[in-house]
Amino acid sequence: MLQNFVPVLILFLFAAAFGLGVLLISSLLGPKRPTAAKQATYECGMDVQPDARRPLDVKYYLIAMAFLIFDVEVIFLYPWAVQFKSLGLFGFIEMLVFLFILLVGYAYIWKKGVLEWE
Amino acid sequence: MDFLIESVLKVAVVFGVLLGSVAYTTLLERKFLGRLQVRHGPNRAGPFGLLQPLADGLKFFFKEDIVPANVDKPVFILAPVIALVPAICIVAVIPFGDSVTIFGREVKMHITDMNVAVLYILGLSGIGAYGAMLGGWASNNKYGLIGAMRSGAQTISYELAMGMTLVSIIMMSGSLSLTKIVAGQTFYWNIFFQPVAFVLFIIAGLAEINRTPFDMPEAEAELACGFNIEYSSMKFALFFMAEYAHMISLAAITVCLFLGGWNLPFGWEVPFVPKIFWFIAKVFLLIVFFIWERGTFPRLRYDQIMNLGWKWLMPIAIVNMLVTGVVMTLIG
Repeated sequence: MLQNFVPVLILFLFAAAFGLGVLLISSLLGPKRPTAAKQATYECGMDVQPDARRPLDVKYYLIAMAFLIFDVEVIFLYPWAVQFKSLGLFGFIEMLVFLFILLVGYAYIWKKGVLEWE
Repeated sequence: MDFLIESVLKVAVVFGVLLGSVAYTTLLERKFLGRLQVRHGPNRAGPFGLLQPLADGLKFFFKEDIVPANVDKPVFILAPVIALVPAICIVAVIPFGDSVTIFGREVKMHITDMNVAVLYILGLSGIGAYGAMLGGWASNNKYGLIGAMRSGAQTISYELAMGMTLVSIIMMSGSLSLTKIVAGQTFYWNIFFQPVAFVLFIIAGLAEINRTPFDMPEAEAELACGFNIEYSSMKFALFFMAEYAHMISLAAITVCLFLGGWNLPFGWEVPFVPKIFWFIAKVFLLIVFFIWERGTFPRLRYDQIMNLGWKWLMPIAIVNMLVTGVVMTLIG
């Protein structure tokens, strides 16, 4: 069982070693001639306004929260879907109830305008 | 011990083939896009430009790696690696073909057969979004930050639609393991029963890997390159490779879930052709399709993208799932 995950670890080590390795090699091989203009933040040649870390639109946070809720519900659907054939009609109706609750929440955030991007 | 050696060998082969495919997918894309736009594409390095990926790779090594003064240095350097590693790790669960016998030893044509493969894929593609998010944030650049936020919001929105779409496939196959899902398609491919899910999956997948027409995070015209704007040299190349590795693995996953993996439809068999050939052919055709639609569709506006994901794909996926459930319950 756990044996199935050993190759994944090996592949992970390969990928991480490759990524860090090529970064190291290119930092050794490439030239290094930093100047103030080169190291300035790129802003299409305009003077850089100080803070790029400005507050973000609240929309992004709302989407993130809605995603969390719905993604957890999708994960709940997976074990049910795997066992769907053996659960039969009873399992299907149970899941319809669950889905109905999910859809109420979905209709609510839609009506509240969480999904509107102007 | 045998198991370990076999695993390391398999990983090495798959890793090498994947990197080679990534390099040559870039050439294929540039050539084919060029032809779509009535020009030649790269044709100077080697015959038909076949050495172009090598030349590009070498050039990346010898370019100056500029780190702007006010970036968050550790995150800035690690972000490309964080983008690349999950993109490569996804291939671990993809079955390429039936088992073959090498030196009297049966070798399965996949790195590992995980019983939660679909969850593993969804999880890793979620982690892949961190690369772009962290890179854009660490750059301390407004274009980068906007690109990163868009990328994050878009990826999670479409991951939801994708997860919902897959429920109907899992209901039919009764397993989360890609090997079992492919094994269930020796006669009828899943696309025959689930054409709607197939279309939904392709759309959500394209949005998830940020490809045209959903390439909002990069949006050259408005964001000047988006999250990787401050990146140069090999760090930029790693982002680029992650994108193409995602594209290849999306094609491979689509083939496994909907197009029968290494099987021909209706149980057809062609003598003397190894089954892995069909797998590679299907993946290749899908990649050509991805490039083709990049040359054809204009980019969507950001609000249109979010609308499509939340107000169209999600409900259609839920309805598709319900219809699948009703039909399966009726025919028992």
